[in-house]
This record gives sequence, structure tokens and C-alpha cells, in this order.
Amino acid sequence: MPITLTMPALSPTMEEGALNKWLVKEGDEVRAGDIIAEIETDKATMEFEAVDEGRIGKLLVGDGEEGIPVNTPIAVMLEEGEDDDALSGYTPQPGQVTPSDGDGDGDGDADASPAAAPTASGTEGAKAAADKAGRAQGPTGGAEEETATKAATSVRRDKGTRIFASPLARRIAEKNNLDLAAIDGSGPNGRIVKRDVEAARESGVAAKPEKAEAAAARPPEPAAAAAAPLPFAEGSYEEVKHTPMRKTIARRLTLSKQTIPHFYLTIECELDALMALRRDLNERAPREEDAPAYKLSVNDFIIRASALALRRTPEANASWTDSAMLRHKHADIGVAVAIEGGLITPIIRAAETKGLAELSNEMRDLAARARERKLKPEEYEGGTFSISNLGMYGISEFSGVINPPHSMILAVGAAEQKPVIKDGAVAVATIMHCTLSCDHRVVDGALGAEFLKVFKGFIEDPVTMLL
Amino acid sequence: MAAEAYDLVVIGGGPGGYVAAIRAAQLGLNTALVERAELGGICLNWGCIPTKALLRSAEVYQLAQHLDDYGIAAENIHFDAGKIVKRSRDVAARLNAGVTHLLKKNKVRVIAGEAKLAAPGKIAVALADGGKAELSAPHIILATGARARQLPGLETDGKLIWSYREAMVPDEIPDSLLIVGSGAIGIEFASFYRTLGADVTVVEMVDRILPVEDAEIATLAAKAFKKQGMQIHTGATVAAMTPKEDAVEVTLRFSDDEEQALAVDRVIMAVGITGNIEGLGLEDAGVTVDRGHIVTDESCATSVKGVYAIGDVAGPPWLAHKASHEAVLCVEHIVGGGTLHRLDPLNVPGCTYCTPQIASVGLTEAAAEEQGYRIRVGRFPYVGNGKAIAMGDTDGLIKTIFDAETGELLGAHMIGAEVTELIQGYCVAKTLETTEAELMHTIFPHPTLSEMMHESVLDAYGRALHF
Repeated sequence: MPITLTMPALSPTMEEGALNKWLVKEGDEVRAGDIIAEIETDKATMEFEAVDEGRIGKLLVGDGEEGIPVNTPIAVMLEEGEDDDALSGYTPQPGQVTPSDGDGDGDGDADASPAAAPTASGTEGAKAAADKAGRAQGPTGGAEEETATKAATSVRRDKGTRIFASPLARRIAEKNNLDLAAIDGSGPNGRIVKRDVEAARESGVAAKPEKAEAAAARPPEPAAAAAAPLPFAEGSYEEVKHTPMRKTIARRLTLSKQTIPHFYLTIECELDALMALRRDLNERAPREEDAPAYKLSVNDFIIRASALALRRTPEANASWTDSAMLRHKHADIGVAVAIEGGLITPIIRAAETKGLAELSNEMRDLAARARERKLKPEEYEGGTFSISNLGMYGISEFSGVINPPHSMILAVGAAEQKPVIKDGAVAVATIMHCTLSCDHRVVDGALGAEFLKVFKGFIEDPVTMLL
Repeated sequence: MAAEAYDLVVIGGGPGGYVAAIRAAQLGLNTALVERAELGGICLNWGCIPTKALLRSAEVYQLAQHLDDYGIAAENIHFDAGKIVKRSRDVAARLNAGVTHLLKKNKVRVIAGEAKLAAPGKIAVALADGGKAELSAPHIILATGARARQLPGLETDGKLIWSYREAMVPDEIPDSLLIVGSGAIGIEFASFYRTLGADVTVVEMVDRILPVEDAEIATLAAKAFKKQGMQIHTGATVAAMTPKEDAVEVTLRFSDDEEQALAVDRVIMAVGITGNIEGLGLEDAGVTVDRGHIVTDESCATSVKGVYAIGDVAGPPWLAHKASHEAVLCVEHIVGGGTLHRLDPLNVPGCTYCTPQIASVGLTEAAAEEQGYRIRVGRFPYVGNGKAIAMGDTDGLIKTIFDAETGELLGAHMIGAEVTELIQGYCVAKTLETTEAELMHTIFPHPTLSEMMHESVLDAYGRALHF
């Protein structure tokens, strides 16, 4: 029986993907592990790998096709011994949605069977549980339909993303559209069990972001947009299709501005001592293979100062949920990196535990891979705080849009020489403006100000952040 | 006299207490255990274990009576009640020695005597040899167990009106026997004595025997017992009981107020148990007691700091394995670290070792419906199983109950050969929170009785293969 390959959910927020390029053509033999396509998600381009051997029978979508919903059939693979005749009469099986009533008794009582997920939510529900678990394809829950279940493909994912959850917890999460990644497990070794998922369902903590965001951000979508005439003359513009990344940026930031009560605090920091220390440290960098072991940037100091300031003001290192404040135990700092067609925010985990050289090297690696769009989902998902630095463009000061689930973003302007009054006389100092955007539900004015004060303390007396 | 100081003192050496002491010693606590009678408690000396030895004899005797079915001939098959009882006592003695050895090996100090809470953190012991001792410990676990409940006017006399204790060591098998109460204890004795030839009458107050079991299973059990020649009166009570020279005159009263007189050689009272809460100094210490049992929270802590209660004395279900499980979770909670593995009453299996055996875990069908679940019920009869037919045990049923919404295994109920050994499969499934999908995908060995467990799950989804 031919095997259907479907659009995999490569990240928990992925609803659709673009098939950038097929790396095989119809008739090609493939073996397990062969890369057969490049798929572009909202954040990254990932390789799509065969797990079974067989022959590519039919490609159902073409190179460059965009907006393919997760679980849509994209190709049919023939098993050993099957020829093209097997394709005639074979209907590709979408992932997860089980068209039959599933309980085999023919009573058509579809919703009586846990296996037959309601069609409307089937595609939505299928992905999170299965794919967060590091399984690229193949729904976990209620997989009675052999064809739908057969995991014919997988994607290279880091094992670190595996979420331990009971089958029942997975199924309840799936049915209620909850994100297991947002749920803390109370079972043995932190395994997520039924009571955790039910608690999350009741508190609304883990409602999957895309659902909530979609509800908030979607009203002006297709129908409405098509209906309203555009106020531009035909031919006066070029229509550039949204990339998945663009859509994600639009959705997330709209959600942020619509649902998070932002307020802004700006502070000036004198950078002269930091610049001197930076020069000094960089000159002392040991050389490895004729290259310095590190080359610290001002931004590296800002990351370190932010991490230490978060540690000193733990109330500010928190996320809002409807039922409770989540106080984070580590400062996981996202740093916005501009990339072609948008931006991405890789995360430095537990930044407060890392020294300047380590931060600098990690940031350099993350930024390089972000530009190549090779980050893994766990390298840009989550985080507790973010930094956006436009100083290199000469921007004096600006304010950032909070990147949920964070509660603060620090917008860093250029370091500029300015006249300042010192001891009653005019002097020249290097000044950097930093503006903190705060989620008022989590961080009140005084708390945000306290954070900035501590941050400024580290920046202006940078030796203290070496401790 | 200075108090002997320990980290933990356990009062009571049954399956709750001795397990608590061993676990505590393993975790490095300096532990003492005070027992007023025998190590191993009722379970090992006067309950679970010796009755299993008795029932094994009954089972062998019954099988011997059907040797011809298996093509084996033997003559003059009879039993010796004295030897049956001796074997049972030997089994208990052997295990008692085993527990003594285990405690010694784990360096638990065992004190023979009766303990009482004297002051916060202090225990006074009236030693078995007549002396007194004082112990001190920041943590005290009460594991004093329970004893047969006495009904006013129907008290046991140890001669003609027995409790479980006398019923376990009969000099001879009485010709006729009345058993009051049809829970696990009553039914096991009914089965034992009926198999060895006594005329057995069972009286149960509610409208069916085995009140905690699933109604369908209880009905099948009643049918099997009646076929074996047992008299069963449900909805009936004992209105009066008068011991005579070597018989008891009994008046039964039925729900319609009709009365029936009955004369039997012996009566076994099995009308439940009550916690051993007397003489422990609970009231002075301030430990809250409710209806004969100590009130505890999910970590087995009582209302008094540092005092815990586990097993029967802390309330139902009155089962040795519940006591042992609470022992471990309580001690691990005292020592700290890790998550508390709360005991879920719905994951505690219950076994009755009558012929046919009965075993269950989780909700009954009626309870599941009462709690508002939309359920799927699977059934598979022994007559459809190859191994059962080969064994010559074709009476029985395996019933599974699933939540139609989530596929959660809500309960499993079994009657038939060896079901007490089978039920743990469903216990593992329930503890791991599997859904029907994992159970369906589990491979059960052929030919075994356990295949029926698989088929029952399949049947719940209309997919049974062999019936």
C-alpha cells in the first residue's frame, strides 16, 4: 500500500508551511534518512527526511508552493515491490483526520470514538502533541487508521525538545488545544499527567498561542480584506506575498500590542567605563589558532547586565498567565537578530550563569545561524526577556514591542558622545539611551524602574558584572 | 530515664509499618518500630497470606475432584483440615521470620510493646516484657491497622461465632456455616468452606454481594456461588443470634420484614473493620479522628505536626498494598526531595481470592455513569479464550470501561481463573495513563489468559477479534 507523506508540523506554532524545494523527483528511490525536501516554516527552513525506504510515486505539490496546511498530503511513496499501478485508486491520506467513524461498528457515531477527532479541529489538534515530542509526523492520539499513523517521514529534531507526557495527557491536551510545552508536569520526573493538563485547561494557562492569537489577530483576514477595495490604483504597486515569517511577525506583534498594556521607561547610561573595559578585555583575549578566543561587543555587556539585573529583580523576570504569574528561575534572554525578510529572536538560556566570553561566542553562533535560517525551534521559542539593539544604525532611542510570553523588552540606542554636566562643569561622556517596554500586568512602574536602575549600575560600573 | 532518640518511630509492624521502617532505613533515617503482637501484622499472620494458603488447599481439593476431566484417575480423595490449617500457619510463620530478617538487615530497631503518644515528639512504650521505655522522634508514623467490626448484639464469642481469626484455624470443617457480610473477607471464607463441603449461607445487607465490585461481575459471582451450592440472601440482616451448645440459632430479616429462622454450626462475622485508634493517646495529642479512622492529608500527615498515619487506621480502602504504598510515599515525603506521588484511590486494585477469582481497579460501570462520563464498555468472556479452554476454566469475564471522550481507562473488572494475577496489567496502564490506543497496540502473548485483556479493550471499540 502506498504511503502518504504529509506536511509535517515542524514547530508548535506551525500551521502551514512552504515547500521550498523537492530534492527528489518522481521515480527516485529513497532510503531512510535521505533528505527529500526543504520546508520553510514560519521561522526556519528545515530538512524533511524519509524514515522508510521506498520509491517516490507522486509529488502532490510543486517547488515553491506556499501555505500548505500541516498534515496535507504532499507526496505518495511506493513501498518495495509496488509499481505505479498502485497509485491508481489510491487516495492520499491526510494526517490525523480520520474520515471513517473509527470505531469499526459502522454506526457512524463519530464523536463517540476518541479516535475520530472532530474534523474541524483535527488538523489543528494533531500537531502539537506529536511534534513537540520530537516526532515529526504521525499523530499520537487515537491513531487507529494505519495509513494515517504510519510515520513515513521524520525531521531532524534535537532530542532535547522531547516532552514527557502520558498518552492520556497528550490526548486531553490535543482535544483542548493546549500546548504541552507550557504545562509543568507533576508526575514522576516531571512527566505531564492528566491532572496537570486538566489544571491547565481550567486555568487557561496553556491555550495554544496560535489559537489565541488567531482569534485576536485574524478578523481582517481573507474575506474582509478581499471585500474592502484597496485605496491604491491598479498597477501602482507590486504585490509581495507574505512569507510564513512575515505572517508570524504580524500575528504575534499584533497580539502583543492588542493584549499587553505596554508602558515605557527610558534611562541614560554612561558607557565610557564599559568601553574602556571592553577594549582592555579584548586586548587580553588569548589567541587560539591565530584568532582571539573572544571579541566582546557592547551588546554582549548589555546581555550580561540584563541577565544580572533580572536576577537582582526576580519579580520582573516573569510572565503573565490568566491564573498566575510565572516567575522564571533563569534569565533566558532573546536577542533580536535582523535577517532577510524579517527578524528572529534566538534565546540565550540561563544567561545569568554565563560569563561575557561565553555569551559573546554563543550570541555570535546564534546570530550566524539565524541569518542562515538554521536555528532549531528550541533555540528561538520561549525566553523570559528580550533585547533589541538598533544602535548600529545611529538610532538614538526607540521603544520595542513586547515579544510574548516575555514581559519586558529593552530597546537599546546608539552610544553617542554628549555634553554632560559633571561636578558643575560641562564634560563629554558617551551616552546610550535604553528604553524598557513593560507589560503592566506583570511589571509595575516602580519595578521596571528598579530593574533599569540596577541595569544602569552594571553598565556604568562594568567591573561589577564580571563578578 | 532518658528517651531513646530516633529520626522516625513507626507504631505497628504490618504491611504499612514494616515497609515504612524499611524504606526509612534505606533513606538513612535512624528508625525504630514498635509492634505489640507479630511482625507482618494481620495481613501476614491473620489475613491475606494465611487465607491464600487455605484457599490454595481448597483449590487443589476442588481440582482433585475433577481429575477425570483431565484424564487422570485417583481414588479416595479427601482432605485433612488439621493439615490444611497447619500448612497455612507454617506459611505465615515463614513470612513472619522473613519480615523479622528484613528489619534486622535494614538495622531497624524493633521494640515489642504497646506504644502511645506521650508528648510532642515523645512516645511511651509499655514493653512486652513488662518494662517501660521512652522514645523520642521528630517523625512518628501510626500504622496500627484495624480489627473486625463488632455489631451490637452480634458480637463474636470466639467459639461458635467467629471473626476472621477463628475462621482461619478451624479444628474441623463445620457442617453448616452462616457468613454475615459479603465483602472480600466474607466471600473468601464462604468459598473456602463451601469447597471443603460445608453448607454455606451468606447474608448481605445491601441488594447484592460484593458491594464494592461492578454489579455485572457481582451478579456473575453470585451465579457461580449458587451453582456451587451456596445459599445467598441479599437485602437481609441478622435480627437475632443465640449461641446454643454446639450450634447457633439465627433469625434473618429480609427487606420485606419477613423473617426466617436458621440453625447453623458456626457463624463468621465479616461486616467490615474499624481502625485501631484506642490507647494511642490520640486525643491528648490532638490527632483528629473521624468515624474510627485517623484523618490524614495526601502526604499521610495527621492534624498534628510530625505525626503521620498510614494503612487501615487511616481509612479505606483497607488493603495491604494501599498501606505499603502509603508507607513509601509518606517516608519519602518526610525525607523530602522529589515530587509527592499521591495515592490515587482509583489506581488501587482489589482482589478477592474466591473461586472464581475477582479482581478490579478503577470505577465500576455504574460509578462511571454516575460521575457523568460517556463510556464505552468492552467485555470478553473466558469461553472465547484458547488458554482458558485448555485449562478447563471457561467461566469468567473481563470487562473494561473507557471514557468515550478521552480514551482513558476508567476501570477494569474481572472474574475468572487467575484474574488476581492479571489485574496488574491494567494497573500499570492506569498508572501510566495509557489510552485505548496504547492498549490496542500492546502485544499480549499467545496463548495466555491475558489475551482476554486485549480483546476486552478491542471490544470496547467494536474491534474484538475472537468473539
